[in-house]
Amino acid sequence: MFTKILIANRGEIACRVIATARKLGIETVAVFSEADAKAKHVAMADEAYLIGAAPVGESYLKTDRIIEVCRKSGAQAVHPGYGFLSENPAFVEALEQAGIAFIGPSAKSIRAMGLKDAAKALMVEAGVPVVPGYHGDNQDPEFLKSQADEIGYPVLIKARAGGGGKGMRRVDDPGDFADALKGAQREGEASFGDGRVLIEKYLTKPRHIEIQVFGDSHGNAVHLFERDCSLQRRHQKVIEEAPAPGMPEDMRRAMGEAAVKAAKAIDYSGAGTIEFIADVSEGLKADRFYFMEMNTRLQVEHPVTEMITGEDLVEWQLHVAAGGALPKTQEELSFNGWAFEARLYAEDAPKGFLPAIGTLEHLSLPETSARIDSGVRAGDAITPYYDPMIAKIIVHGPTRQAALGKLLASLEATEVAGCVTNVGFLAALCRHDGFSQGDVDTGLIDRDLETLIAQPAMPGDAIALAALKALGLTKPATGADPYDTLAGWRLWSASRQFALLEIGGERRDVEVHALGHQHFAVHLEDGVRDYALVRVEGSGITFETDGRRAHGVVVEANGGLTVFLNGNAFTFGLTDTLSADDDAAGAGDQLIAPMPGLVKVLNASAGDTVIKDQPLIILEAMKMEHTLKAPRDGVIGEVLVSEGEQVTDGTVLLALAEEQDDAA
Amino acid sequence: MSILKSSLSPKSAQFATNKAAHEAAMDSVRGAAQTALDGGGESARQRHVSRGKILPRERVSRLLDPGSPFLEVGMLAAHGLYEGAAPSAGMIAGIGRVEGQEVMILANDATVKGGTYYPMSVKKHLRAQEIAEQNNLPCIYLVDSGGANLPNQDEVFPDRDHFGRIFFNQANMSARGIAQIAVVMGSCTAGGAYVPAMSDETIIVKNQGTIFLAGPPLVKAATGEEVTAEDLGGGDVHTRLSGVADHLARDDAHALALARRSIASLNRIKTPDVALQSPEEPLYDPDEILGVVPADLKTPYDIREVIARVVDGSRFDEFKARYGTTLVCGFAHIHGMPVGIIANNGVLFSESAVKGAHFVELSSQRKVPLVFLQNITGFMVGRKYESGGIAKDGAKLVTAVATTSVPKITMLVGGSFGAGNYGMCGRAYSPRFLWTWPNSRISVMGGEQAAGVLATVRRDGIQRKGGTWSAEEEQAFKKPIVDQFEEQGHPLYATARLWDDGIVDPRKTRDILGLSLSAALNAPIEDTRFGLFRM
Repeated sequence: MFTKILIANRGEIACRVIATARKLGIETVAVFSEADAKAKHVAMADEAYLIGAAPVGESYLKTDRIIEVCRKSGAQAVHPGYGFLSENPAFVEALEQAGIAFIGPSAKSIRAMGLKDAAKALMVEAGVPVVPGYHGDNQDPEFLKSQADEIGYPVLIKARAGGGGKGMRRVDDPGDFADALKGAQREGEASFGDGRVLIEKYLTKPRHIEIQVFGDSHGNAVHLFERDCSLQRRHQKVIEEAPAPGMPEDMRRAMGEAAVKAAKAIDYSGAGTIEFIADVSEGLKADRFYFMEMNTRLQVEHPVTEMITGEDLVEWQLHVAAGGALPKTQEELSFNGWAFEARLYAEDAPKGFLPAIGTLEHLSLPETSARIDSGVRAGDAITPYYDPMIAKIIVHGPTRQAALGKLLASLEATEVAGCVTNVGFLAALCRHDGFSQGDVDTGLIDRDLETLIAQPAMPGDAIALAALKALGLTKPATGADPYDTLAGWRLWSASRQFALLEIGGERRDVEVHALGHQHFAVHLEDGVRDYALVRVEGSGITFETDGRRAHGVVVEANGGLTVFLNGNAFTFGLTDTLSADDDAAGAGDQLIAPMPGLVKVLNASAGDTVIKDQPLIILEAMKMEHTLKAPRDGVIGEVLVSEGEQVTDGTVLLALAEEQDDAA
Repeated sequence: MSILKSSLSPKSAQFATNKAAHEAAMDSVRGAAQTALDGGGESARQRHVSRGKILPRERVSRLLDPGSPFLEVGMLAAHGLYEGAAPSAGMIAGIGRVEGQEVMILANDATVKGGTYYPMSVKKHLRAQEIAEQNNLPCIYLVDSGGANLPNQDEVFPDRDHFGRIFFNQANMSARGIAQIAVVMGSCTAGGAYVPAMSDETIIVKNQGTIFLAGPPLVKAATGEEVTAEDLGGGDVHTRLSGVADHLARDDAHALALARRSIASLNRIKTPDVALQSPEEPLYDPDEILGVVPADLKTPYDIREVIARVVDGSRFDEFKARYGTTLVCGFAHIHGMPVGIIANNGVLFSESAVKGAHFVELSSQRKVPLVFLQNITGFMVGRKYESGGIAKDGAKLVTAVATTSVPKITMLVGGSFGAGNYGMCGRAYSPRFLWTWPNSRISVMGGEQAAGVLATVRRDGIQRKGGTWSAEEEQAFKKPIVDQFEEQGHPLYATARLWDDGIVDPRKTRDILGLSLSAALNAPIEDTRFGLFRM
């Protein structure tokens, strides 16, 4: 076994690998970019080396730097994680030349699976099922029709050079084939200058089911059962699970065997995943799954397999890479219960899943109910340089229902402030009827996207909690003095205070009356509501309103507040009256000579549009040149002096035209 | 410390009767308070808001730290005076926290007759300044006032404690290092112009605040010059040209934020001169005060029942418990602050007065603030007592109370009659604060007694002339006197004239004393030098 390895990656996977290495007593070496100097993986590793600037091309993809660090640190092997250099055969070869082991398959295996068409052909040869279709050069319409008949309808006619849905036709009825073919050919010709087509079976209800395989250098290969990754959005997996819901035993066996066959066909060593597409238009059937591609690395979603099998796949990887035989035979492998993984990302789901950046000013992950694989800690930043993943939330339960319930509860307990996340979207998925019944397919998210990303309306409770927090009413008194402890005290009336909040960019002054100890009336849009604070612990607030008891969390982040309520996060801005364009108040509409002097340069005339601080006049006085700048953005109304003119102090030199909204 | 034991049951019929009577007394105060809260009424308020201005109470709220208490002073000043034209005497005054420091806030209410100064407004302004000066509290003036109320000028302008005293106080407080901050949020005319001009730091709201010695109409009358208010004394003029104001604010909210910023830079530390403890709630619910105190002032009760519902942990170390028992004295803590409590438990005898004087000496020696729970019909009268020197002993108490340097806070919990008022630190004895319960009465003597005295004099006169006076005639003679005493002794009558700092809810006694004490502890406690005690 190795005694020291280098992890050529960052984020959660680097941390994940370090955790297993540490368990096995293997020393770890981290590499990092300038942006990651304070990252969690750097802090976790025994040693860490800076390898370049923030962009991945200048750091994490730098083969030579990484090999240099291996030499410097004495690392005997490199774990590539996923992404970055994990499926780069040239990197594997470079390591080989340097006498450093690669914790993964051979360059040859990677190459064999790297070219998708070649890989498919290889699989057909090995007897692994692929999507039925015709990819040949015979373009005779009659011949193509006969191929379609053989494949079975519906079929898809695709322009071979196609993409983006152009030159694509779905045919449900054999009678429509000829017309559809002509259309596809015409579009292919027009769009790509190539009228050739291919024909494939059209899967009306596809599911993404993949098999975890493992091979060793002794010619053994096993599978560790399947994962269902059908919940996808633009080919990005969102929630994965193992096993696959509704999977018949014969199909599982058939898929496992096909996967092992595929791995053996390329003498595969290490962890790999065979991705299949299953046609579930008539349920899961042992003869309706087809090879898509093989990923020659550890997958992001490997933890669900670990959860149901009890195996540590990174440990397997290290073992196999060190020349060991597979720790278990196929017969020794089994699984129990159910596991889910949800990918928590810094992204704005309602805004088209726009990646978000920001500092995780508050991060509370459900560590008691879930396994958390994360590469960030509270206070870390999500930068634009890397994948905006915050954490993988992984749960295991005895049944699918139990595990899913646990996932939802875990998501609802997830608190991130400082940047937007997809946690609401993930929770909405957990509540989705089809998904909760195991009725999944790769089209599910797109079909129901609107409801899945629907933003919950800002609840009055969230506004109330934010207002109470903003007014300092939720915190226990800081001192013993009655001016500290008697919050909101008044002689003969309830105190009226105003929380200056910004909700969705709009300023809103929320009126709060103190009715008694920890008891308030908050003026909301739909009326005045009573809030009694039952318990305040840290940032958590248990309150009673409307005869019900609820719990929320309010934290300060980004100079505002984030309220966590029922699994949703609501953000509020806080108005700082002083910081808001402070100078504007003092900025007059006139430029006035601060002392007697000579107008040396005049750079303005009436009607000019100027921006704040734009130099307009140079005044020579006391042998010094004083630059006078525009006091605000605006239009010059009048210039009252000319170049060369001597002025006394207090002379109005020019005047800006009145602001529109000032006049209003 | 000794823990007081209450012997009253909250379930008794007497408790319920007492409570109902107090509630009724409080209702009339609540009504008056609502009038005060409404200021100049709905249409005036709407006019104010329509000009982009924030209502005065809201200004105060926004000026205060979030969650800060506000100990309002003189809330019901001018209640029922000037035909009800000046609720709160047209201004809001009180103590609250700004940037973590206790400050005195004085806000004109422009919805009340343009914020002009009635006689009671001047008295209230001066009282608020007096509190600030005695307790070393920075002052923030939210100015929005047309100056003296002209029809009342004779009662506003000329005398020592009239308008000019405001600026005298500002100068002298500034001299003592008590910050004077003005925020000009509206008019600030004539004498009023000196409020910002005499302040240490002044903020003015753009296109809203104006400061001038004479407004445009007077200027036109005097010199013929025609000028707008803004050009004559607006924010731009005063922050750019005249230097009368220091900061130009965009609007009310910005101005208040700038005022907070000024307070933040005062560089002062509150160093209470007393040993503080962790505060503790009383063992008995302060709300029960309404049930344990009889509604009728004539019904005696044990004042310790009140003390048990006011002090920390209901702990009270009584002093000379077995001597001069009609005056209860002892040490306790309120909201963690040590106090010496002097409370009436019946008529004052020589022993009680001497004991009280001794206890004031003790508290002064130890620099423990004093709290007076005043419920006094007076000193005992009669030959025996006069010859026993009760006047001399009463004088000892009065001397001690008058000359001690420790902070004194008086709570009028019942009657305040005659010389008892002096010995128990009435208004004339400059308590830092004087608060009163809704059931209290204050007058030189009881209405019945006064009517009796006058009737005796009258009867003597009639009989000297050989006439007779029937019981009916005597009754008819006495009634208007009793009525007058009842009206003038009523707390609403008293508070309207600022004989006190406010009527308070008895249940809040502990909190009011706590807030008052804490405010008082902003000033150092000086050594006491007593006057001569007649032996």
